[in-house]
Amino acid sequence: MQKAYTNIIQIAGDVITVEAQGVGYLDIAEVTTRRGVSLAQVIHIDNGKISLQVFAGSRGLSTQDKVRFLGHPMRVATGDNLLGRIFNGSGIPLDHGPALSENLVDIGAPSVNPVKRIIPNKIIRTGIPMIDVFNSLVESQKLPIFSIAGEPYNELLARIAIQAEVDIIILGGLGLKFDDYLFFRETLNAHGALSRCIFFIHTAADPTVECLLVPDISLAVAEDFALKGKRVLVLLTDMTNFADSLKEISITMEQVPSNRGYPGDLYSQLASRYEKAVDFQGAGSITILAVTTMPGDDVTHPVPDNTGYITEGQFYLKAGVIEPFGSLSRLKQQVNGKTRPDHRVIMDTMIQLFASYRETLEKQSMGFKMSAWDEKLLKYGLLFEKNMMSLKVNIPLEKALDLGWQILADCFTPEETGIKLSIIEQFWPK
Amino acid sequence: MEKKRIGHVIKVNANMVTAQVEGSIIQNEVAYILHGEERLKAEVIRVRQNRAEMQVYESTQSIKTQDVVEFSNELLSVELGPGLLGQIFDGLQNPLPALAEKYGFFLKRGVYLEALADETQWDFTPLVKPQDKVLAGSWLGFVPEKIFKHYIMAPFSLGGSLEVVSIAPEGRYNLKQVIAQLKDSSGATHDVFLQQIWPIKIPIKAYAEKLRPLEPLVTKLRLIDSLFPVNRGGTYCIPGPFGAGKTVLQQLTSRHAEVDIVIIAACGERAGEVVETLKTFPELIDPRTNKPLMDRTVIICNTSSMPVAARESSVYTAVTIAEYYRQMGLNVLLLADSTSRWAQAMREMSGRLEEIPGEEAFPAYLESRIAAFYERAGVVRLYGGTKGSVTIGGTVSPAGGNFEEPVTQATLKVVGAFHGLSRERSDARKYPAIDPLISWSKYNSFINPEHQEAGHAILRRSNEIAQMMKVIGEEGTSLKDYIEYLKGEFFDFIYLQQNAFDPVDEATSQERQIYVFGFICGILNSEYKLEDKAAALHFFQQLRQSLRSWNSAEYGSQEFKKIEEKIELFLEKNKPEKTP
Repeated sequence: MQKAYTNIIQIAGDVITVEAQGVGYLDIAEVTTRRGVSLAQVIHIDNGKISLQVFAGSRGLSTQDKVRFLGHPMRVATGDNLLGRIFNGSGIPLDHGPALSENLVDIGAPSVNPVKRIIPNKIIRTGIPMIDVFNSLVESQKLPIFSIAGEPYNELLARIAIQAEVDIIILGGLGLKFDDYLFFRETLNAHGALSRCIFFIHTAADPTVECLLVPDISLAVAEDFALKGKRVLVLLTDMTNFADSLKEISITMEQVPSNRGYPGDLYSQLASRYEKAVDFQGAGSITILAVTTMPGDDVTHPVPDNTGYITEGQFYLKAGVIEPFGSLSRLKQQVNGKTRPDHRVIMDTMIQLFASYRETLEKQSMGFKMSAWDEKLLKYGLLFEKNMMSLKVNIPLEKALDLGWQILADCFTPEETGIKLSIIEQFWPK
Repeated sequence: MEKKRIGHVIKVNANMVTAQVEGSIIQNEVAYILHGEERLKAEVIRVRQNRAEMQVYESTQSIKTQDVVEFSNELLSVELGPGLLGQIFDGLQNPLPALAEKYGFFLKRGVYLEALADETQWDFTPLVKPQDKVLAGSWLGFVPEKIFKHYIMAPFSLGGSLEVVSIAPEGRYNLKQVIAQLKDSSGATHDVFLQQIWPIKIPIKAYAEKLRPLEPLVTKLRLIDSLFPVNRGGTYCIPGPFGAGKTVLQQLTSRHAEVDIVIIAACGERAGEVVETLKTFPELIDPRTNKPLMDRTVIICNTSSMPVAARESSVYTAVTIAEYYRQMGLNVLLLADSTSRWAQAMREMSGRLEEIPGEEAFPAYLESRIAAFYERAGVVRLYGGTKGSVTIGGTVSPAGGNFEEPVTQATLKVVGAFHGLSRERSDARKYPAIDPLISWSKYNSFINPEHQEAGHAILRRSNEIAQMMKVIGEEGTSLKDYIEYLKGEFFDFIYLQQNAFDPVDEATSQERQIYVFGFICGILNSEYKLEDKAAALHFFQQLRQSLRSWNSAEYGSQEFKKIEEKIELFLEKNKPEKTP
């Protein structure tokens, strides 16, 4: 039995300071208050003064409350028993199921040796043409969805969770609205996908500190599955809340802020989570899709900016669709040469023509006269938006490529597309 | 034996640990925190009374107060000797493949392996004889390493004139066998091994003199070599927003640059990029040597999720290894990606030390550290008369893509060339995305200066007209201006941009650059009979198409000549009638 300490000498925000000896950095403690028992984590040691962040928050905490150090870092149960279950950010069940304590692993395990990684080479099909055709998602990729508040990013994540060809899906909710949590649960349940999902949910009403744990706990569980050969997709929504929680704690700890109040180690903190995305040599993989809402649609805001430097591309969600310009999957070249010989051709041609369509729209709005070519582009643009870009479209990659040819044939003659003759002969609809 | 100096942990704040020490403390010495079975490496970065504040090169999870700290009396150092080439090290010079073999998927904390395998035998050939006088850094003999003669040098740490007492005869030796003994002016003798140890934060200065970098370093990227060249021994930086292609540019430079050895320091960037280099380089053949590219490459990798403090050591480890090979009379190119991550590591540490922050919370010593790092580049004349060089190219990742931020500005002050990447160019899929309107270089190019100036001039003029056209429209622009505009666009498209996926176009030799630049200058300086804007546009579109296929044709081949003739014919046809 570990000794309990009762001399709490400071409570500031959700961080308490207690006098204790022999405590390890990042160790976990149990804090017993009149509101119940909460876990807390050591974040600073100064001689005998130990500062801890209390996951349940400090509201109602007394200076005489008991703090018992457990002598180990934060751990989480892993394994197949977790499938279909819902937990909060500290790993406590939210679904009235039993608490789990088998196969405990430390969260925040060391980094993967780069020589044990392989070059990503497998596509993850999602049934969304804007992803599959134009910016293919690749196993072990880390991709943020840059979005303005109000965009249907959670709907998009839910659809990917239902359709993505992976073994296991882990959903980490950070500062999630309760409605959105229910939405995820109901949608996945309705599509029978819940049994291959694990939820770690921190809602907006929960204490800030718990938010910080969600990515770590989700990724620790994912890593365990990946080491056992499973292909895991981790969905995180919304990582901006994670960064804001970091900001809150670091300000509480009186750290010097670097940019717009965010701590100087924001990049390292985000990177140590995103870099968990991996394709293990001889085992499974972890792929991360994370929503990052951009305050004020500003991509130079510290959170999307730092994220962009870490991740392998980004999806821009704008006006309810994945914007073809600005969205980028840096790994698509690794896979889209192997799907179908016309994949890259369709990808390049349709985007180039769509760019011309946007120019034509601009000309039209300035009142210029539309040429015959402009008219063709206008027709093409509308078809493209309706049949390809809309998030309602749900077709496999091959169908989407066929549809692409059909749209091109409906609007243009083969020469107008600038596609190589050999490909035209093979694929142009007759 | 001297008693080990020890201390005890009293404070833990992320990767900064403070220890209370009995006895003396040396600034920047290496210390080990003993935690259970683990020994965690740390470096003293500030001393306050009897307290040593240390940055820890590992995760500090579970460290307790009262954990013992052992001080080593040594500064953070690297092993220098045969066997470095083709290796992949972390920032503390741990060989990653060996770690993977021993410990599997993860980087276990507190494990340090020998950087160079002691047992490997090397064929040594002596170059000096007893009684010879030598200096620190003089070549005593050599062993073959890959395609190079790896010279074994008198230890850099020795001073003054040294006398060779003994030297091993030709034969096979490992790193632990004495191969020579040297006597210094005070009469003390020193053993010399195939390998030596050097502290990474101190430049190696065992050379006769430092020279001005005057010889161009050919990167085979036309935009760099022709307009914004870098010289051997020079420095350059590549700032750019995310997704603008910094890393791709570095990767292609590491493949094609005409240097002997490339050191890649992946500092705080994605692991995926390192993986690509380390999986493809062993298979890519260097056309100049016909050996795998890996044979001339050393990778130092501290990716973004690896311990932050080791980012700093990774850039210094890299530059120390670069200097070591320079001492053998080789030309070394060091590519650091990205120096911003290193600066951020300094910022994190500075915050934990509670130093008064400078701009954007970066420490006040940011500029001097960056300057001192780039100053380690240079061409030197060695004691034997041979020249060697270290060229440093660093990427910078400015927050928000804004070049006004402190790291970019501190870097621009000390480098010789600036290759600024722009979001507009990369969005328009122009490769390389170096913006010719903001970039500059203080080095001399192998291109005729007049031609070079003409190139810059047409780009500037074309941009001015393009800006003007946005306001007054194409209709309001005069035909003469419109043609100037098209010329600039044409020059950009056909010469500055390269197709990284075309085996010929991705790398252009010096000879070809001189020839083609001259040819294009001829076009830019000529007048053509173009009646109206549509004709002008059509003319340049046609020209563009032919030059594009010219770019894909092997230099000097039949096809190359054929296309050239075709272009000349086409130009001739459009020349205005000569006025008598």
